[in-house]
Amino acid sequence: MTEEILIAGFGGQGILSMGKIMAYSGLMQDMEVSWMPSYGPEMRGGTANVTVIISSERISSPIIKSFDTVILLNQQSMDKFESSVKPGGILIYDNNGITRHPERKDITIYRVDAVEEASKMKSPKTFNMIVLGGFLKVKPVIRLENVVKGLKKSLPERHHNLIPMNEKALERGMEIIFKVR
Amino acid sequence: MKDVTGIKEIIKPENLVYKRSSVLTDNVFSYCPGCGHGTAHRILAEVIEEAGLQSETIGVAPVGCSVLLYEFMNVDVQQAAHGRAPAVATAIKRLLPEKFVFTYQGDGDLAAIGTAETIHACNRGENIMIIFINNGIYGMTGGQMAPTTLEGMKSSTSPYGRDIKLMGNPLKMTEIVATLPGTYFVTRQSVHTPANVKKTKKAMKKAVEYQKLNKGTCFIEIVSNCPSGWKMSPVESNKWMEENMFPFYPLGDLKVPAVE
Amino acid sequence: MMERELRLMKGNEAVAEAAIRAGADGYFGYPITPQSEILEYLMEANPYKTTGMVVLQAESEVAAINMVYGGAACGKKVMTSSSSPGISLKQEGISYIAGAELPCLIVNVVRAGPGLGTIQPSQCDYFQAVKGGGHGDYHLIVLAPASVQEMADFVELGFDLAFKYRNPVMILSDGAIGQMMEKVYLKPKKNRSTVIYDWATTGKPASRERNIITSLDLDPYAQEIHNQNLQAKYREVEKNEVRLEEFQTDDADYLLVAYGTSARVSQKAVQLARAEGIKVGLLRPITLYPFPSGRLKELSRQLKGILSVEMSAGQMVEDVLLSVSGKVPVSHFGRMGGVIPTPEEVVDSLKLKIIGG
Ligand SMILES: Cc1ncc(C[n+]2csc(CCOP(=O)(O)OP(=O)(O)O)c2C)c(N)n1
Ligand code: SF4
Repeated sequence: MTEEILIAGFGGQGILSMGKIMAYSGLMQDMEVSWMPSYGPEMRGGTANVTVIISSERISSPIIKSFDTVILLNQQSMDKFESSVKPGGILIYDNNGITRHPERKDITIYRVDAVEEASKMKSPKTFNMIVLGGFLKVKPVIRLENVVKGLKKSLPERHHNLIPMNEKALERGMEIIFKVR
Repeated sequence: MKDVTGIKEIIKPENLVYKRSSVLTDNVFSYCPGCGHGTAHRILAEVIEEAGLQSETIGVAPVGCSVLLYEFMNVDVQQAAHGRAPAVATAIKRLLPEKFVFTYQGDGDLAAIGTAETIHACNRGENIMIIFINNGIYGMTGGQMAPTTLEGMKSSTSPYGRDIKLMGNPLKMTEIVATLPGTYFVTRQSVHTPANVKKTKKAMKKAVEYQKLNKGTCFIEIVSNCPSGWKMSPVESNKWMEENMFPFYPLGDLKVPAVE
Repeated sequence: MMERELRLMKGNEAVAEAAIRAGADGYFGYPITPQSEILEYLMEANPYKTTGMVVLQAESEVAAINMVYGGAACGKKVMTSSSSPGISLKQEGISYIAGAELPCLIVNVVRAGPGLGTIQPSQCDYFQAVKGGGHGDYHLIVLAPASVQEMADFVELGFDLAFKYRNPVMILSDGAIGQMMEKVYLKPKKNRSTVIYDWATTGKPASRERNIITSLDLDPYAQEIHNQNLQAKYREVEKNEVRLEEFQTDDADYLLVAYGTSARVSQKAVQLARAEGIKVGLLRPITLYPFPSGRLKELSRQLKGILSVEMSAGQMVEDVLLSVSGKVPVSHFGRMGGVIPTPEEVVDSLKLKIIGG
């Protein structure tokens, strides 16, 4: 099993840390993982993206061009990465700020309106966990219990009180994600 | 269509009060929102335009966020290695003495790795203008400590605040170069308010004049902000700069010609 | 023995943590992308408080490597790290360190050049690392990690080799391995060494002659003897320290040779090609100097062709060519400018340049 994922959105949206939690969760499940951020000045104010690979085998290249699942969280990312989904792959996006919806016909498209949901839940910071929950619903590559373990590992001790809220967000994400086509 | 907004009235040529300098390219600044680099570029472009020097100018931009100066200023530009701009500019000016030559350097560039080049170009009195953007941090590489980082100031390589005992003191490069006989005009300015912009522009204009008269090195420090590196909003960063940077790096002239 | 600790870390962070755990005495560095995390991690971890390890941000790479010179000459376990443009600046100091026969560790997280280039991963500094880099006849021992685990492991290995041969060791990595996170097992912390070396400048006790650390010899005949001694040392290194990994070479008709990031890509390429029935294997040099020439020569007897896969215009391919002395066709495939080749591209190139050719 190998799952190659790209997450892209605004810098500061918690994209890198969402990828990190994914990777840590894979680790908790005894999988091979790699996490590769976009780096350099490009990150400033602009878009950030991260490639996460979770696999039962040794991972060859951490930098790849097409993905099983692509998670897009702003319009710039949509413009840049819609074409990076492998044929037959999955695109997940948040409707917030999207002016041009995905157009490809050879992939499965899901929507998870996490920004809106996070503000409803009055915890905007759990936005990325809602997205992650949605992803796990459509691609159950990691068991929830391992995600919680991964959360514990990747959050500093002083933030462990936030774990229940993050768990709730994960579950909420699983509930609200829906298939567009 | 009826002109409900009055825009047509406003855009009449006789009502023009401000326009983008023709020495700027059409490229959108890639600097972070609220960053002083953008304003400093604009002023520099205006000064070059107003002096009619667009075709006479050669700029040198070494490494730092402003390494991309060549994207934004419509003059000939050389990109130089980290810290070496004053040496590069030395040769340009000596080989093309009729041209207007400037360097545009950050504090990491000018005051850490480029200290030797800076001091020796100033000491030789190279007839160039040095613009020194002091934002107290390494912006481009992601917010590491610079030689100018204030005591106690946090950065990614001084995560607990700059500890003078371990990391040394913030360096006042401008004060140092003011003591060198080769410098003719040394000043410290900022670009965070319209009044300060005016003063900085005036200083640059003087530097242009002095360079025409072969007077020696003109050194203009601009105390600036780095909202991204400081992890502040643009407004917060300007306030922080006034409250913390200015007391240590006071604005004003450090060396002016005896008789003008 | 204590359990090794499992972590998810960036390659750069792994270097920093491994340095603390290996009992390093000092790190001197200057920020540059894509390796600034090494200095940042060490500043955050603040090992001075726990192990006494000195960590200092220097004013330049030139200063940093000369700090390393000073520390190494005191017999301390010292290191620096940088990326390509910064490593170029260090070359003078590295040459002095090699000439004075001092042990130290230098990490190069390579980005694409020449000049300021780009900050994206590359393998364009192979020549510089393997053929000397600075002036004079000398060699670094060059280790090429292909994973975050090896980034950590090679710090201790690097220090061991540096002290064994009193020679600078370089870890030649790249932006991909520096920036990516993978799982890594960390070894338990070692204490800093208290050994006082008899060659080091630590203050002259009455019991020994004074120690002088220098790379200067005005007398050409004396300098030549020094050069001969260095060369003899390099022959020893070549005899003892070759490290490599092989993947599906047993029945291989064709061979990919690749190190670091491109070795990972090539491993995938081997799988893809094998699925098409092409019998290809991979040889991954772990030490780039000493280069695994002997093994390549041996393998060449069974091979119909070799493809050197590098993120450069073709540098290591020269060593491959020298190793097989024309016995089998050798070609090169590479991407430049910070572009990582894809496994598919490697397979296509193998077909085009080796199998078809
Ligand atoms: C030889 C070398 N070392 C390090 C770097 C990495 N580097 C690029 S810019 C920079 C410092 C930037 O800080 P500063 O000069 O203060 O300018 P700012 O980005 O803050 O405007 C560094 C260390 C480099 N490009 N070359
Ligand atoms: S990082 Fe700092 S100096 Fe660089 S553009 Fe952004 S705000 Fe300006």
